[in-house]
Formats: sequence, C-alpha cells, structure tokens
Amino acid sequence: MNLLDIEDLWVRFPTRQGVFDAVRGVSFSLGRERLGIVGESGSGKSMTGRAILRLIRKPGIVEANHINLEGRDLLKLSEREMREVRGKQISMVMQDPKFSLNPVVTVGEQLIEAYLQHNSGSKARARKMAIEMLENVSIRDSERVMRTYPHEVSGGMGQRIMIAMMLIPNPKILIADEPTSALDVSVQRQVLNIMDGLVKERGMGLIFISHDLNLVSEFCDRVLIMYAGRIVEVCEADKLHQAQHPYTQGLLNSLPRLDEKCNHLSVLTRDPSWSEAPSVRG
Amino acid sequence: MIALDIKGLNVWFGYAHDRVDAVKGACLEVKQGESFGLVGESGSGKSTILRAITGLAPHWSGSVRIEGEALSGAKRDRRFFRTVQMVFQDPYASLHPRHTVDQVLSETLHLHGLDNIDKRVTELLADVGLGQRFRFRYPHQLSGGQRQRVAIARALAGEPDILLLDEPTSALDVSVQAEVLNLLTDLRARRGLTYLMVSHDLPVIAHMCDQLAVMRNGEIVEVMSSDTLRTGTPRHEYSQELLRASVALQ
Amino acid sequence: MSDMTLRQWLLTDEPTSRRHARLSSLYKGWLTLRSNSMAMVGLAILVGLVLTAVFASIIAPHDPFVQDLSSRLLPIGAEGHLLGTDSLGRDILSRLIYGARITLYIVALVALIAPVAGLLVGTVAGYAGGWADVILMRITDIFLAFPRLVLALAFVAALGAGIENAVLAISLTAWPPYARMARAETLTIRSTDYINAIRLQGAGPLRIITRHIWPLCVSSLIVRVTLDMAGIILAAAGLGFLGLGAQPPSPEWGAMISEGRRFILDHWWVATVPGLAIFTVSLAFNLLGDGLRDALDPKDGGQ
Repeated sequence: MNLLDIEDLWVRFPTRQGVFDAVRGVSFSLGRERLGIVGESGSGKSMTGRAILRLIRKPGIVEANHINLEGRDLLKLSEREMREVRGKQISMVMQDPKFSLNPVVTVGEQLIEAYLQHNSGSKARARKMAIEMLENVSIRDSERVMRTYPHEVSGGMGQRIMIAMMLIPNPKILIADEPTSALDVSVQRQVLNIMDGLVKERGMGLIFISHDLNLVSEFCDRVLIMYAGRIVEVCEADKLHQAQHPYTQGLLNSLPRLDEKCNHLSVLTRDPSWSEAPSVRG
Repeated sequence: MIALDIKGLNVWFGYAHDRVDAVKGACLEVKQGESFGLVGESGSGKSTILRAITGLAPHWSGSVRIEGEALSGAKRDRRFFRTVQMVFQDPYASLHPRHTVDQVLSETLHLHGLDNIDKRVTELLADVGLGQRFRFRYPHQLSGGQRQRVAIARALAGEPDILLLDEPTSALDVSVQAEVLNLLTDLRARRGLTYLMVSHDLPVIAHMCDQLAVMRNGEIVEVMSSDTLRTGTPRHEYSQELLRASVALQ
Repeated sequence: MSDMTLRQWLLTDEPTSRRHARLSSLYKGWLTLRSNSMAMVGLAILVGLVLTAVFASIIAPHDPFVQDLSSRLLPIGAEGHLLGTDSLGRDILSRLIYGARITLYIVALVALIAPVAGLLVGTVAGYAGGWADVILMRITDIFLAFPRLVLALAFVAALGAGIENAVLAISLTAWPPYARMARAETLTIRSTDYINAIRLQGAGPLRIITRHIWPLCVSSLIVRVTLDMAGIILAAAGLGFLGLGAQPPSPEWGAMISEGRRFILDHWWVATVPGLAIFTVSLAFNLLGDGLRDALDPKDGGQ
C-alpha cells in the first residue's frame, strides 16, 4: 500500500492581480521509496512539500481531492491532530539548519527535548538516545556536539543534526526541501549518504525536493519534474538523462559540463504549451 | 600585458586573538583579456581576494597591481573604479530595493562623470539583453536572472577593463545560469574584458575560464589550466578530491 | 494607454517613465494601507482633525474666548452648548475645535524637528563608525538618561513657558530614540551588497547616506513617529496641564484638563471632554501607524 496518496492538489494565493496558482492539480503517490521532485524556482516544488504538511501560511489556500497518509485524509484533520502528524509521521528537513534550530539552546538539549516530546522515559534515557542518534548521522564526537550551540557547528554538521532530530520520532515519511544546497559538494555527499542509509534501513518514504537534476538522478528512485505548478514528466531516476520532455532535456542541456568544451551553453526556450498541458500523474 | 598581478597577498579580519587569516600568501597573475577562475569550498578565502582588491576588505598586506599600478590600503581612486568593477553573488541583495533600474544605471553613469546618460542607459540595457520595458521597474518587479543582468549592466557602466565576478550565478536556476554565463562570454568577447571569477562550481569555472586556482583554507594549492581540469589531471590531492566530488554528480 | 483605466495604468508591472514608476509604487502602498480598515479609521479621524482645524472659525458655534459667567459650568447637552461650558462660561465644543489647531501645530512641529535630527545623528554615527559614532551616541545616551518630562520641564523652565518653547523642549527630548533606531538600521544597511556596489562606483559618504540610506530609514521612522505622536500629544498636554505649555486663555487641550481639574467631582465633563479628544487623536495616530508599518515595509517591496 502507498504511504501517501495525493489527488489533484492546488495551492492558491490571492493577490491584487487575481488568484495566483502556485501548484495546479498535482497528483502523485509515494511508497517506501525515494521520490525526487525537481524544478526551477517558482515551479511549485517547495509549495507541494509544504502543502502536504499543511504548512502553507494564510492567505494561501490548499485544496485537493485528498492527501491520504495511509488512508487517512490529512485535509480533514483538525489543526491539533495535524500537529501530531507533523512530528510523528511526517518530518521535514529544510534548506538552512541555522533557521530550524533554536540558537540559544544547546544541540543536546534540543535533541533530548525532541525525544521526550514523542517518547516517555527518563532524561538519562533520552540523553542516551540523543547521543545514539548523533552517532547514527556519523557524528563521531557526539558528547562534544551535544554541548555546542547551533551557531558553533558547521553547515554540514548542522544539517546532520537536523536530520537526527527529524528522525527521532521515527516518522514514516521524510520530506527534505533542498537539504544540501547550502553545503559544499564534499559535505553534500556525506549528508546524502547518511540520509540514504537511514531511509533504507527504516523503510521510510522520502520526498526529496531539489533544483539539482544530477543530484536527484543519482540519489532517488523516481523523479517528478515540475514546471509552472504542474508535473510535466515522471521518470525513473537513473533514466533521467533519457528524459523525453523538452523542458527536462533543456534543463539538462543548459548545465555546463566538464567533459565537453563549448563556447555557448544551450539555452532553454520555454514553450507556453508546457504550462497548459495537463499535469502528469506521478 | 598583465592586467592583475597579486603577490603574497594576506587578508585578515579582526585584531589580536580574534584575528582570522582569510587569505594567506596568495599569488596569481591574470593576463589582459584572460578569464581566471578561483575555486574552493565556502570559507576558503576566494571571495575575500576580490574584496581585498576592491578595498571592501581593508586589512591586507602583499602586493596587488592593476595594469602595472600598485594598490595600497583600502582607499581606491576614481581611476580604479573605471578600470575594475565587481558583480556580486546575490542579485536579490545587490540592488537597492527602493531604486528603479533607471535610477541605478543613471546614478552610476553620473558618478563616472559620463554624459549622454539617457542614451547610455538605453545602450546598457540592450547590451545585457534587457529591453526598454525593464527600465523603470523596481527590483521586486524583476526575476533573479533579470536582476543579475541589471547588476552586470551597472558594473559595465563605467566601461571597465577588469570584471570581478563573485559567484555570479550561484543564486540562479540552471537555465537562467546558462543565459547569464552566455551573456558574460559574449560581453568578454565584445569588449575585450578580463575576468576574475569566483565559484564553488567546477563545471562553471571550467566553462568560463582559461586558467584557474584552487583554494583551501586561505591558500592557493594549485594553479592550472582548465584543460587540465577537463582531462582530470590536476596534481594536487585536494584538487583531485574536489574534482571527484563534482564528477560524481554529473 | 487609450483603453487602459487609470487603475490598470497605476498597477502595471511595466512602468514607462520615472514618474509612472513612482506613482505606481505609491498607489500600491496606498492599496495596502486601504486594506487595513483600522488604519483607515485612524486616517479618517486625523483628516477630520485637520479639516476641523482649518475651518475652525466656520464650524465653531461660539467664540472660544468669550466668557459668560452667567452660564458657567453648564452640563453636556445644555441649550446652545453641546458639550457644556467651563468655569468661565466658555463653550467647550468651540474651545475643542480651536484647540485642534494648537494640537496640530505641536504635532507638525515636533514631527519636523525630532525625526530629522534623529535621522541625521543616527545615520552619520552608523555610517561613519569609529569616533564619530562614539561621540554622537554618548550624547544621545545623555539625553536618553533623563526622564522625558523632567528634561522638557527643565528646558521650558530655562526658555520660559509658552507653546513654542514647549514644542522645542519636546523635540529635544524626542530625538534620541530616532537616532538610535536610524543608527541600528544604518548598521545593517551599510554592510549590504547594494551599498558595497555603489561604493565601488566611487560614491562618497554624503551621497550614500542621503540617497541610499535615508530612503530606507525614512519609512520605519515615519511609522515610529506616527506611533510616538500619541506620546507627543500627551507630553504637550502634560506641559499644558502643569502650566508650562500653552498659556491661558489659549484652548490647548492639556491646559483645558488642567483648568477642569478643580471641578472634576461635580462637573466631570469639563476635564473629561478634552481628555477624550486627546485619547481619540492619540488612538488615531496609533492605528494609522500600525497600518503604515505594513504599507511602508521596504523588505516587502510593495508586494
């Protein structure tokens, strides 16, 4: 059975010039797999991720036939039940860990608190679990890291701490919104490998939102390509380079390559019909 | 002729025990009309070199020569600003939120003491591929790529010889990045510009530059041609490591 | 633009001239302000106040200075005196209407002096840094260290009682917070890339401060001044109440409360009515200030 089933999702923002549709009728389902969502800024990929958790702020509106989490429609839940879902069943990792961690509380205390929020048990046990979580995300001197404040750790370390924190309640689904784009390439790999290992080990579903096609094709099982609020193409991640849609091809071709020398990069010419075509089911 | 000659450049921030050495003994030479790249991870000091050249990082030692003329301290004269200009990383932060494109360009032209401002604004906009309809817009009415084009137009207003590019496309989408990089390639060919470009993205540097320097912890570990990078034969271990990380993602 | 309405012309994303761009951005700010109904209530009250002050001689049913001891301390609703009369038989409504002029006069003068002084000191200190910053900010601290009314009292005592001196005293005590705020904003603006960019075009400090930093500080200053207006009116009223501001028989609202204080138990309206007027106008300024904060936020960019 699918973990998550989304049917005809719309995200709308009323503006002075009329209603702006950020996501326009997107349907897809997620199993125990790594699903990538790629697209440029403004394609609606982040909005899709946020809409699942109902994190779209007013005056934005989320509409869908259903957003089913194992058969339970998230849109029908009360705000209180939704809070439960957000922590326990679906977790989200954002782009910049600096904004997601409390700057005046040590990493250790935040991890312990996160544990105690979802599990009962003594503080000593929570502390043990927190250290174990840090070791799970390959942080070796976990005792020291527990005592540091968020501003004292590097970007890669911060993101690993975030992942550790998000995985404490053992969610079924992890939504990662550009989790590595603020990091250096070498650190990027580490963080991705850690995330990959944990997701596989626990049989979780992962929604990986990114603008980086290469990253997604290497790291995910299946990829949705979004354009102007719709899914224009769905493909197996390892076959992304044989993608059919001219938009996907255009994006791939516009990247500079190390193995080919050229004077000018090919530029994407946008066809208005792309945004008119109905959304593909993913 | 050497457009930019840097020898033994040290740049630091703060004093005494707070002192951070951001660049240590950097040496590089950029010939007239050449495009030179600086690559490295965040905190490697690559942007700091640009800021020291422009006087935005005031504490430095060593020698920096622009077209043979030595710089000193943090003060730069009018001649310098007409020779060297800079394009900043984040187009969302490098344009004044309350100034229209027209105001930005007109003021820049005025500051360089140029006449015929109206005509020049028109030409500058055309040069960077923006039509007249963008002339009176505020930054919030422009996309990231359009903003960066305005920033490039501003840098070109004083008709400089050397352009310092600080990650000019890292905040942009790949398709927009391609457009901006193509624009920079064309402008260099058309105006005979010299580029010193900073990026963390090896393919971008390889595409744009003839020569490049790899930086780590404030030091230049290797200077090589971009062909060396393409053929995957850098000598230094760290350069190879960087290269492996980027190739794996292709 | 033949088949374009004025509204479309103003709301365009593609302005065709400098004037068009400016008008368009003003109009968008106005629309944001208009969507805030409480701010519009505040604005309506203030417009009413201005109109009252301008047409005071036409609106006022009586001369505010004419005394009529035979009809003193008439209650609210008395014939010919809608809001009653005071201890000297002067019509309170007429005095309130003429008092609006004095209130506006105070507000306008303080709003001209204090924020401008604060903006100057704050931006110069923030941008120059170093010694200039230390000296200017310590002076600001000295002014801040005194309780406001006490300092104003000292100034008035030194300069002599009277409305102009009261305004001057209030302005002198009101500028330090603006200087602090302008400095804080300047410190963040100073290190942004758009300021770096204009420095690389060879712009000098004077141009950077006046053309690039001021426009960004001004909007938050306007908001702050509007929110402070209530305090300024109250301070002026306080000085009037203590007999150091407007002098009798001038119908300044604070002075009116002061006069009515003697009868507050038996003839409550004499002090209460001007009190309510002060309250209403202060509230109006606060409501407007809140709305302006949304409409003028530079980070928002008028979106």
